[in-house]
Amino acid sequence: MTDIATPTRTKKDFASDQEVRWCPGCGDYAILNALQKYMADSGADPANTVFVSGIGCSSRFPYYMNTYGFHTIHGRAPAVATGLKVANPDLDVWIVTGDGDALSIGGNHLAHILRRNLDVNILLFNNEIYGLTKGQYSPTSPVGTRKKSTPMGSVDRPFEPAQFALGSQATFVARTIDQDQKHMAKTLEAAAAHRGTSFIEILQNCVIFNKDFYSETVDRKVRPDRTIDLAPGEPLVYGADRSKGLRFTLGGDTGFAVERCSADDAAAWQPQATSPAAAFLLAGMRDDPEMPVPIGVFRDVAAPIYETGVRAQVDDAIATKGAGDLKDLVYSGEIWTV
Amino acid sequence: MTSTTAHDAPRGELPLQQLDRVVIRFAGDSGDGMQITGNQFTRTSALFGNDLATLPDFPAEIRAPAGTRPGVSGFQLQFSSADIHTPGDAPDVLVAMNPAALMVNIGSLKRGGVVVVNTDAFKETDLKKAKCDSNPLQDGTLDGYRVIEVDINTRVAEALADSPLSNRDKQRCKNFYTLGLMYWVYSRPLEPTLEWLEAKFKNKPELVEANQTALRAGYNAGDIRELFQGQYEVPKATLEPGTYRNVMGNQALAMGLVAGAKLAGLEPIYCSYPITPASSILESLAALKTFGVVTIQSEDEIAAICSAIGASFGGALGMTGTSGPGMALKGEAMGLAISTELPLVIVDVQRAGPSTGMPTKVEQSDLLSSIFGRNGDAPMPVVAISKPSDAFHFAIEACRIAVQYMTPVILLSDNFIANGAEPWKLPDMDDLKPFPVQFTTERTEDFEPFGRDENLARPWVKPGTPGLESRIGGLEKAPTSNISYDPDNHQAMTDLRHAKVRKVADSIPTPELHGPDAGELLVVGWGSTVGILTQAVETAQRRGASVSRLHLTHVWPLPHGLDEIFSRFDRVLVPEMNVAQMAYLLRAELPGHEIVPFNKVTGQPFLVAEIVDEIERVLAAHKTS
Repeated sequence: MTDIATPTRTKKDFASDQEVRWCPGCGDYAILNALQKYMADSGADPANTVFVSGIGCSSRFPYYMNTYGFHTIHGRAPAVATGLKVANPDLDVWIVTGDGDALSIGGNHLAHILRRNLDVNILLFNNEIYGLTKGQYSPTSPVGTRKKSTPMGSVDRPFEPAQFALGSQATFVARTIDQDQKHMAKTLEAAAAHRGTSFIEILQNCVIFNKDFYSETVDRKVRPDRTIDLAPGEPLVYGADRSKGLRFTLGGDTGFAVERCSADDAAAWQPQATSPAAAFLLAGMRDDPEMPVPIGVFRDVAAPIYETGVRAQVDDAIATKGAGDLKDLVYSGEIWTV
Repeated sequence: MTSTTAHDAPRGELPLQQLDRVVIRFAGDSGDGMQITGNQFTRTSALFGNDLATLPDFPAEIRAPAGTRPGVSGFQLQFSSADIHTPGDAPDVLVAMNPAALMVNIGSLKRGGVVVVNTDAFKETDLKKAKCDSNPLQDGTLDGYRVIEVDINTRVAEALADSPLSNRDKQRCKNFYTLGLMYWVYSRPLEPTLEWLEAKFKNKPELVEANQTALRAGYNAGDIRELFQGQYEVPKATLEPGTYRNVMGNQALAMGLVAGAKLAGLEPIYCSYPITPASSILESLAALKTFGVVTIQSEDEIAAICSAIGASFGGALGMTGTSGPGMALKGEAMGLAISTELPLVIVDVQRAGPSTGMPTKVEQSDLLSSIFGRNGDAPMPVVAISKPSDAFHFAIEACRIAVQYMTPVILLSDNFIANGAEPWKLPDMDDLKPFPVQFTTERTEDFEPFGRDENLARPWVKPGTPGLESRIGGLEKAPTSNISYDPDNHQAMTDLRHAKVRKVADSIPTPELHGPDAGELLVVGWGSTVGILTQAVETAQRRGASVSRLHLTHVWPLPHGLDEIFSRFDRVLVPEMNVAQMAYLLRAELPGHEIVPFNKVTGQPFLVAEIVDEIERVLAAHKTS
């Protein structure tokens, strides 16, 4: 590891001169705050940092960061970031997206950036609703969500973002909560340390169109019993008194499954496990009121990085065959002189 | 040992007849190797010194059912001792490997032309597959043509009796037998193809041997005059002095994109999703890694242009290439490149539309959508390639405009150019003028991310540059790059974007007029019709018509000086392979001239004769009125 840089910048140095225009009380403020603080604390270089976003409330993010930024088009931030990182792999690139941007209109690009393992960080703000278009259900809204475009309730099953990421061969998958600054800082740090695509789902409150959708799990009073922090190497234990645990079973009608148990019987959590199967089970627990909602790191494994591989082929070709000369290219094949 | 050189071959009593030009069409099943046969004939003729032009015509299906009409693959070439511009209207010779190939192509053969048919492929089942109720060799279909019947399957089997190959593999050498036969008829040397086979099947000596044997057998079959009445010769052409190579449009275009990026001092990053007929640009560029070319095969058309935009944002020269359907998908992202004023080259190899249309057939119907087809007022320069041998130059030109004006540029090609081949007089590399990009690296007092230089271009700042951190995006912005909904600002930015694209016209030449400075008719073309229009106008001029010609390469903005040129002619004829798109544009941009559209959308290029007839019709109509 490199030396820990002494922070020479403050949170303020990462704030742009633009007035932040999210609704008062929006969860995005907390995320912006955490990001700016993380950037300052980690000694990030604003000149070398790029925020890329698509369209939606969350995608206004780049305008508020005093770094380089690109507010692109709906769903396409991963594709733009791919070109950017291939052009300059040294840049520290962060993609900011939402549940609609990443999983509806941009679902294809999200799947492909994850399987390619581009070395970027993706922050998916999941508020289970369309905010900027004023409150239609999103691909993460639960079945039966009644909104203006679904007056009788939505009929389609939602995506679980972490499962989508795991299914797309993501090498780093985590979840955190806008209200928990400490946990978010810890998760950002783990994501930044990972080489390859780091995917973080941030449960984020939309105070206008889906207010407190997650309060049953994240409110301070219930959080210890309704969430579980996935700490690498630690037992899967939760509860205000740390008495509850989770373990994995195989067999019967459920097949490979996760179940509650006593803290003593809890399985140790291994985000580096070769198989993503256990992570997939945990990521799917959010809909089960009997089970805690996992936050923390689902998966953290090493894999080749796309832009490194692409550039290595060019470098290798030049190293083995020599740099091509334009004239040799044009004057190649069968030439004749008149 | 039989000599294999045409010049050494015994010629018997029949004199060698000299011809100026010959048009041959090879047609067979898409699995018969007709494209290879055509390409070999082309290559040999180019090396021999003929001028030539080719027209491959293949089905979209990789292997349509064997023997059926949809599965017919054709390759037409014209080779000549004189300067030629087209693959020829009607073939002089049709080589048909089966009944389907015969029936699909016989209609275009010149009356009295020669048909070479493989009689072994005219059995009952073959006729059924080709949907022939009777045998066209016997039912009068071929009356009026000179028919040369060759039992190619049998002869190939005989020639390869000693080969260790399976019977099936032996029959796959049929195309080289046929090629050998045609080499004899037109006095072509065998060496280039013999050598090509050796290189092609380097590790499969039995295939080299079999194909070479088939080629020689075909040649010798002609040589002993059991089939043809005599031999022909098409002498070398007197091409302009220079160094030449034979080149296909997509291949030259790929090299031009590399050259354009180098001249700009940038790394080329080409992002593309495979689509007919643009895929071979991606393939060509992927093979050029030693030239520092980076390629990304994207997950879809939208990703391809977005990654190219990301690459340009990062300080490389982002490029993408596609065909019509892909252009439609890329529309929103083109707007982003226009709004953020990033350089970008977008290649559109046009094909017949709408929707999927006819992927392997030619059309020029993306002109207006290229110029106007985006949401909002979204102007973009559009450059059109005319022929394989100018693809290199105009790919460089698109790169130049992109970086000098900080704008995306559409480079239009089409299926006829992309897959057509012709001799290319190679440029003197020292004549290529660099246009190095100057990135902004320091904050001056008046620096604004959307400030303007003399071209109205904004500064280009690479992320990673300290002190110039800024945000760009698709929302309307003030010159500071901050979001702005100010009414006056949007008016000013819209006006600026238009003025900038219009200003590109200051950097492009007024097109050259071919023919008299003034007259009754001016023929205006653009894109791949150039060869056909050249030949048609020259023909009409020889017949005494008062007609001149002008070809547009920069289709948006239009070059300066057109209004004045048009005013010297009574009317302007605009032949296009679309429904009058350029005519529409000229009427809007240059009102006051009589614009006469002439259109064809059959998926096939114009015939020279069609254009000559139309020129004469228009001239006559106005003489009598």
